[in-house]
Amino acid sequence: MSVQQRRVHRLEGAALAGVMMRDIVLFRRYWKATTFSSVVQPTIYLLAFGLGFGSLITSVSHVKYVQYVATGVVATAVLFSSAFPGMFNTFIRWQFQRTYDALLAAPVDVEELVTAEILWISIRAGVYGMAPLLVGFAFGLQPTWGMLLVPFIGVITGFGFAGFGVLIAAVAKTIDNFNYVTSAVLTPMFLVAGTFFPISSLPPVLRTIAKFNPLYHCVALVRDVSLSIYDSADLVHLGVLLVFAVLMWRLAIWRLQARLID
Amino acid sequence: MEERASIELRGVVKRFGQITAVNGLDLVVRPGICFGLLGPNGAGKSTTMRMLTAQTLADEGSIQVMGHTLPADSKQARMAMGVVPQQDNLDIELTARQILAVFARLYRVPRAERAAAVERALDIANLKPRADTIVRELSGGMRRRLLVARGLIHRPRLVLLDEPTVGLDPQVRQELWSLIDGLRAEGVTVLMSTHYIEEAERLADTVAVMSAGRIIAQGTPAQLVSAHAGEEVLEVYGPPADLAELETLATERGWRYRRSGPAVALLGAEQLNGDAPEGVRRPANLEDAFVALTGQEIE
Repeated sequence: MSVQQRRVHRLEGAALAGVMMRDIVLFRRYWKATTFSSVVQPTIYLLAFGLGFGSLITSVSHVKYVQYVATGVVATAVLFSSAFPGMFNTFIRWQFQRTYDALLAAPVDVEELVTAEILWISIRAGVYGMAPLLVGFAFGLQPTWGMLLVPFIGVITGFGFAGFGVLIAAVAKTIDNFNYVTSAVLTPMFLVAGTFFPISSLPPVLRTIAKFNPLYHCVALVRDVSLSIYDSADLVHLGVLLVFAVLMWRLAIWRLQARLID
Repeated sequence: MEERASIELRGVVKRFGQITAVNGLDLVVRPGICFGLLGPNGAGKSTTMRMLTAQTLADEGSIQVMGHTLPADSKQARMAMGVVPQQDNLDIELTARQILAVFARLYRVPRAERAAAVERALDIANLKPRADTIVRELSGGMRRRLLVARGLIHRPRLVLLDEPTVGLDPQVRQELWSLIDGLRAEGVTVLMSTHYIEEAERLADTVAVMSAGRIIAQGTPAQLVSAHAGEEVLEVYGPPADLAELETLATERGWRYRRSGPAVALLGAEQLNGDAPEGVRRPANLEDAFVALTGQEIE
């Protein structure tokens, strides 16, 4: 085995696979809890909003309210299953367990480490993003072929938010700092995304802000493909999600590199 | 063929803000030896170790590891060496076997050899019966052995050991020492940082004494002892006042001495026949040389 002569590249598959293998092993142990919460959460939203609110409103812009919420909550599921693991896993593994120190002493670069972690989180987010649709079927949502695109939208969105989470972990001084992000960034983001009500009902300022919210674009795109109401704006939504994903990925690597390598 | 150094540092400087942790370090480790980096806390040993894996980047100077220039080719260098950190950074949520499997992958052990590599490492760590226990539930000694085995998973030709036995009980320590000795017997190059003098004395072929970020003396343990502490040491016991008086006398006469707990130890005592005070003579050891080199005061 001549490891010394081996040529190395950036973003090597072996390094990504090695880092992700750890995540997969852990997932095999914790999948029940993860699956439970990802099914229960949309169920609660659908019960509370779909049935509660739905008794007041029957449809939003020609879409039945239960369909509106079930498709909107996909983005919520993706957000929660990517931003939080991005923040907490990164911070805990780096600061408390020092796992990242061990990985970086092996032939793994920060770029590979961050990419592998984000990629794994985003794949998981894409899969769990389907849960609200499955729950929605029980509430009368109609299956469509377009829904098969939803996991891919979930992966792209999840990649961005996982990167956002890693970025926050990289700039946070303590784990308590996450509270600011959760309450001041993630919560408003999740509410002003067109999930439960259309952003067109918001005052103009908030409407403009909402357009910069990647989650809004995820909500809109998922809803359009799931309910087969495509229009040209969907390309914009996809474009925003892709730009967000790449931007967060690179920023997360840049900031964590600065903290891990001194 | 000229033998290439396994590790070569030239004029390396590393500053952290106002503090200069490594200050013009020159260090050459030849292949196949166990090299002990000895120094008090804060001498720059850990910073040096981190620079060899490019987890800390030097401000000045050049670093080569196994023929690879750092930091540009640090990944190749990391692939060729095994690292055992001072601080336990095992993944506590995984089992011993899972950790080794992850690292076998990270170190690019070919798929067909991975299972055997994991078994071999479990043998090294003596953890076969506990292979499927979650690391959190292993004892401190077991975890340290696993930490060493993790660094050896790919049979590296160079191993970095940062304070390998710090905080361990004597049994575990002995066990690790025989493991390190076994590595050297196989021709593996070992760079070990330690502040335990006994560890360096027993294991290292060459010892470099590091202080304030540079190497102030280097040689075999025997050379260092004879150069800096002589053949014999005379330990003089007495009340503090007498000892202070003796120190004054020693300074006047130009005798080399050091405080050694409740005694004053006169170094190179074989040369002060005749007017030497009453005391216990014993052979000089590396600790005498170390204290003579690095000074008495604890910072």
